[in-house]
Amino acid sequence: MEEQAVKFYQTGTFTVGNRLLAPDQRSVQSDMQRTNSLNSGHRACQGCGEALGARYAIDAAMRATDNQLIAVNATGCLEVFSTPYPETSWQLPWIHSLFGNAAAVASGVAAAQRAKGRPDVRVIAQGGDGGTTDIGFGCLSGMFERNDDVLYICYDNEAYMNTGVQRSSATPPAARTATTPAAGPSPGNVFGTGKNVPRIAMAHRIPYVATASVSNLRDLERKVNYAMSLHGARYIHIFVPCPLGWGSDPADTIKLARLAVETGLFPLFEARDGQVTARTPIRHKVPVTEYLHLQKRYAHLFGNPPDLGRIALIQQIADRNIAEYGLLD
Amino acid sequence: MDKPFAITLDVGSSLANKTGAWRTNRPLYVDRLPPCNHACPAGENIQGWLYHAESGHYEAAWRALTEDNPLPAIMGRVCYHPCEGACNRGQLDEAVGINSVERFLGDEALKQGWKFAQPEEETGKRVLVVGAGPSGLSAAYHLRRRGHGVTLVEAGPFAGGMMRFGIPKYRLPRDVLDAEVARIVELGVGLQLNTKVTDIRETMRAGRYDAAFLAVGAHIAKRAYIPAGEAAKMLDAVSVLRSMEGDEKPMLGRRVVVYGGGNTALDVARTAKRLGASEAIIVYRRTREKMPAHDFEVEEALQEGVLIKWLSTIKNMASEGTLTVEKMVLDAKGFPQPTGQFETLEADSLVLALGQDVDLSLLEGVPGLAIKDGTVVVGPNMMTGFAGIFAGGDMVPSERTVTVGVGHGKKAARHIDAWLRGTEYVPAPKHEMAAFDKLNAWYYSDAPKTVRPLLDLARRTSTFDEVVHGLDATNALFEARRCLSCGNCFECDNCYGVCPDNAVIKLGPGKRFEFNFDYCKGCGICVSECPCGAIKMVPEPT
Repeated sequence: MEEQAVKFYQTGTFTVGNRLLAPDQRSVQSDMQRTNSLNSGHRACQGCGEALGARYAIDAAMRATDNQLIAVNATGCLEVFSTPYPETSWQLPWIHSLFGNAAAVASGVAAAQRAKGRPDVRVIAQGGDGGTTDIGFGCLSGMFERNDDVLYICYDNEAYMNTGVQRSSATPPAARTATTPAAGPSPGNVFGTGKNVPRIAMAHRIPYVATASVSNLRDLERKVNYAMSLHGARYIHIFVPCPLGWGSDPADTIKLARLAVETGLFPLFEARDGQVTARTPIRHKVPVTEYLHLQKRYAHLFGNPPDLGRIALIQQIADRNIAEYGLLD
Repeated sequence: MDKPFAITLDVGSSLANKTGAWRTNRPLYVDRLPPCNHACPAGENIQGWLYHAESGHYEAAWRALTEDNPLPAIMGRVCYHPCEGACNRGQLDEAVGINSVERFLGDEALKQGWKFAQPEEETGKRVLVVGAGPSGLSAAYHLRRRGHGVTLVEAGPFAGGMMRFGIPKYRLPRDVLDAEVARIVELGVGLQLNTKVTDIRETMRAGRYDAAFLAVGAHIAKRAYIPAGEAAKMLDAVSVLRSMEGDEKPMLGRRVVVYGGGNTALDVARTAKRLGASEAIIVYRRTREKMPAHDFEVEEALQEGVLIKWLSTIKNMASEGTLTVEKMVLDAKGFPQPTGQFETLEADSLVLALGQDVDLSLLEGVPGLAIKDGTVVVGPNMMTGFAGIFAGGDMVPSERTVTVGVGHGKKAARHIDAWLRGTEYVPAPKHEMAAFDKLNAWYYSDAPKTVRPLLDLARRTSTFDEVVHGLDATNALFEARRCLSCGNCFECDNCYGVCPDNAVIKLGPGKRFEFNFDYCKGCGICVSECPCGAIKMVPEPT
């Protein structure tokens, strides 16, 4: 499952599958027997990036663990749309407790498996950016510092979408949310706020931290697979566009995720024991406006006249990421 | 079942929730028309045969190709490949080298000895094909495969028509031509050489033919009146190129001037160079932009040292070989106008390459025919004004290329077949075009075009070896895999992967996919992320 091992077979490893690749080189998602861990019939919006990211990640983890997997879910869209009592879309053992304690519950599930003598059963905790970077942050940090044997996956759609698009500490500058309206002298979310949880996770010196995107499936699958080959606390931060909260066309979900990567706004990298060890280079660099103008949450930047100053500030963020991570070959 | 505390309902699956009801638009798998197929005068399904070649299934690719065109090794050498001009990959990096892959498949077929499948049934009908050029050979092939008895009658001593007597050996080696002709004859086509049909109706009556396809070509050189001294050596391009096929090569001398601006003029000038001329000069009355010859041939000729005098006409030729040339200017409409300025050129011979006319004598007395500019007018079904007599190739109004001829032969064969069965051939409606904006080009890996190795210049100007070399198995595969498969699913699994609702069902290799409309919410991600534009959104039926 080495991602980008094939440089050129028409579409290389950029598409989900590729009939020209040997079967063992193909992605989990191209497999007719993939587990579909998150089944059809869930109530996510049209074009939901989180539903897609969750299936990508959990299917890959199921493959990596031979289906011996338990998932713990924080409160959030993913929990609400997948499991309205008594129906569930999950096709693996799955537990939901509270908004803020998914990491702690997962630590407990892992401890229980150890106590039962079942080291083969692995544990994943998952939540949105609200449940991870804000509400569950204390429990998450505790799980990291104890180095509990859990892979925590954050599906980052950059706001509290389930409750009506309120700002979180993952909301980017200038984005309009219900609590950062596009009004006043500095419309949208304030520049210079928010936190970078992948870097905070790295500061705990846990074995593995990675960022991933629904636009780069092979990269995502490889990172999940690698994370499951390790023990201890691991963290993967997956970028998942939200058509509802971002005011984008549902058909553009993957395109937006791709543009976030190609602009440099969402750098894809991996870190072992607190050090960045690899990054996924940008294929075709594009200016941030291509990403921003597709989203109504940034519509105030493109008024008459356009807010060139703030657009330039966002471009600076992208350029800084590119320089910091060396995203251009 | 005993339920835990406070639990009153059994666990249910979300499959009970048919989210397909949310949909207002639905995705639809389509096959769009790739621009290469659209541009091919022979109507080849280029994307279709490249698909097989991509997997390394060369025989399957060759069989798919020869469904439409029985002469791939020839095509791969002489076709002007309008497909490559239309190729969407040209907007990404460079067009796919379709022509070189075609040549590779053609050569591979000759090397491996692949044969055409014999017809499954014999209809008992007899069709006469007059002229064994590209159009006649193509018609004979397609008619024979449909089970008709075919007699192919050729006036010349060999089959091939202009492919033999008009195209120089350095572009089309004769063993390739012979092998592809032989393969058609092996299907059971009766080939009669050295047989000139003088009265088509009489020949049809005598041979009890049910229909005829005429493709006699255009072999009569057009003349221009140029006052010339008695000893001046003035020849025409058709006979120069034809005599290259005989034992006695034409004597052109050291300084050869060719008059005309078509591909034939270039062929003659390049041939003259190879025969030892120190100077080969083309005189053409308009500019390079206006020249009908294909640009790559002009380029190759210039590289070989052929000189071209633009905006010039030849006024006369003296016995000792001095040509008087008048300079021209283009007027506002782009037509050349004389300037009254003259200069002289020394030439041992002058070759006129001013186009060719059709010998229509075999049609004398046939009622109902329409003749226009010396060519026979045919209907959309390739039939002349006389029922049962069809025509194609250079003798009907069209662009005169081998590929167009092959296309005529195929089209005529389909209509003749229908006509013999008392039905009408109705072509399937054309799919909508797979234009570049229908693709999601981000997915295609970057890959440069394989450059066909050219013989070095010195070698190619002194011999008649082939100028352009072929691809080998590795780079042919590489080239085939540059195909974007515009508008036609190539099973990349993207739709299957990117659906957030698992509403795409993968049917297995070669079987493509289908939608599960119980759960498809109609978000359209599959449409945006399909690399090749093989899905579109349509309003939900009400």
